[in-house]
Amino acid sequence: MISEVSFTVGEGEYFVLLGASGTGKTVLLEILTGVITPDSGSVLLAGRDITRERIQRRKIGMVFQDQALFPHMSVGGNIAYGPASSGMGRADIRALVSRIAFETGIAHLLGRSPATLSGGEAQRAALARALAAGPDCLLLDEPLSSLDTGARIEIRSLLRKLNRAGMTMVHVTHDYEEAAALATKIGIMENGTVVQVGTPQSVLSSPGTEFVARFVGIRNVYRGKLKRKTDGTMVFESASNPSFSLETLSEAGEGEATAMVRSEDVTLSAFRPDTSARNTFYGTVSEIVPAKRGAEITVEAGERIVSMVTERSAGSLGLERGARVFASIKASAVRIIEG
Amino acid sequence: MLLFIVAPLAGMFLHVGKAELSEAAADPEVTSSVWLTLGASMLATLLASFSAIPFAWLLARKDFPLKRLVSGIIDLPIVIPHSAAGIALLGILAPGTAVGSLGERLGLTFVGGIGGIMVAMAFVSIPFLVNAARDGFEAVPARLEQAALNLGASPLRVFFSVSMPLAWRSIVSGLVMMWARGMSEFGAVLIIAYHPMITPVLIYERFGAFGLRYARPVTVLFVAVCLLFFVALRMIAGRRRHA
Repeated sequence: MISEVSFTVGEGEYFVLLGASGTGKTVLLEILTGVITPDSGSVLLAGRDITRERIQRRKIGMVFQDQALFPHMSVGGNIAYGPASSGMGRADIRALVSRIAFETGIAHLLGRSPATLSGGEAQRAALARALAAGPDCLLLDEPLSSLDTGARIEIRSLLRKLNRAGMTMVHVTHDYEEAAALATKIGIMENGTVVQVGTPQSVLSSPGTEFVARFVGIRNVYRGKLKRKTDGTMVFESASNPSFSLETLSEAGEGEATAMVRSEDVTLSAFRPDTSARNTFYGTVSEIVPAKRGAEITVEAGERIVSMVTERSAGSLGLERGARVFASIKASAVRIIEG
Repeated sequence: MLLFIVAPLAGMFLHVGKAELSEAAADPEVTSSVWLTLGASMLATLLASFSAIPFAWLLARKDFPLKRLVSGIIDLPIVIPHSAAGIALLGILAPGTAVGSLGERLGLTFVGGIGGIMVAMAFVSIPFLVNAARDGFEAVPARLEQAALNLGASPLRVFFSVSMPLAWRSIVSGLVMMWARGMSEFGAVLIIAYHPMITPVLIYERFGAFGLRYARPVTVLFVAVCLLFFVALRMIAGRRRHA
């Protein structure tokens, strides 16, 4: 079930709806395409209320998570299906299919059966089929989730190309990195509700809720209380360990709060750092996990602090499990969510 | 188990000589009866399919009140005695009834006519087609139909271009079973239309009048023709599957 969902996608925008499995992303797409009629609310396309309009008339193309290619038709037959349904002439259909197949890089696959396609090829074919029907907007249901790394890069590039050519896209996924790579705007969905909408950068730098913070990959999230010191500085004290405190530049009021620090904003050093960072902790490395851009280091320092370091830094610091390190965090890097 | 099915048939074939078989094959009463039986069942199946197949799609795709009851009713002709089915059909097809009178105005004779034979055959065998077609449509992912609608196809185009082709194997299987079952119907047809005689009725009459020896050649001939058609249709259905 979904409720309280409201967002606007501008013409030519690439909107990514982010949410874990089961949050209602696919249901939302089905409402937009007309497969499901909502109990309340409306869907507007270019100012036109299409909430109760038939699926065929909405001019919203859909690329399904499993592509949903017609197995009894060739790739060419699949792509031609939409134009043929609209009554286009055969010659025009042939020309359109050729053009779109070329643009999506599958001109050499037109005679093939969908069952013989790789994941990436099937996704291209599904995209081509949706485009051939001439939609005003494309909906993509987890288009990259079933693809290997190579195919993901290809399809991502194709999606960017289509968007740059002017196609409005609404893309649902559970992968923040995928969203950040493609979106001009993202919406985060939690339990059937859109809880935050913004640019990828704004959502990452100012997550509105703890859920959003965790979802966009912020690893250091602490619950506790925000207090004002006698000198006016705001300090966050962890509820599970009051001796673990973070100075922050937040202007939020005193009371219950959640503090968040991106792992990229945690600096590790073997010696006490001589920096402006107001939050410095001394702890023990409990875990080292290789990551795409280096390594994720977990330090136990009263609370668990996760830092992202480059491979080079990890090497130069001589980091290993059990090593003692200083972890420092600038006050400006501590984000506070009240409540 | 196999022996249980094969033994009586094999025994029957072995008890009929070539001469008897040739005589039966040359008997115009027998040949016309066989063609009548094959043709009536085929036509009944074809005509019934126009409503049975779309109805099967509805059962597969749509939810409606009392759907389970409706599905149960579809299977009724299989479970009720076929002579009872014949009596029931007679009640609505006889001259003087609404359907009977309408039929007469359109030049159709139900009781004692080919029309009645076809109705009786269809009545007892339609569950085979509906159930097989329904299973076939259920196996077609609804997602594909949604994709077709999303691409701008009308529901009718989706049915003929996506649902039917993908359910075709089951539909053909259902058509073959309906035809075969209709062809072998006896009880309901006996009540509605003793004449013109379909072959099961002819076999019964010859057995009753002249005994086993006189009925066997017709039986063997009819079973052989049925098997031939049945195997041929199965092979055609199989070739379409692999095409």
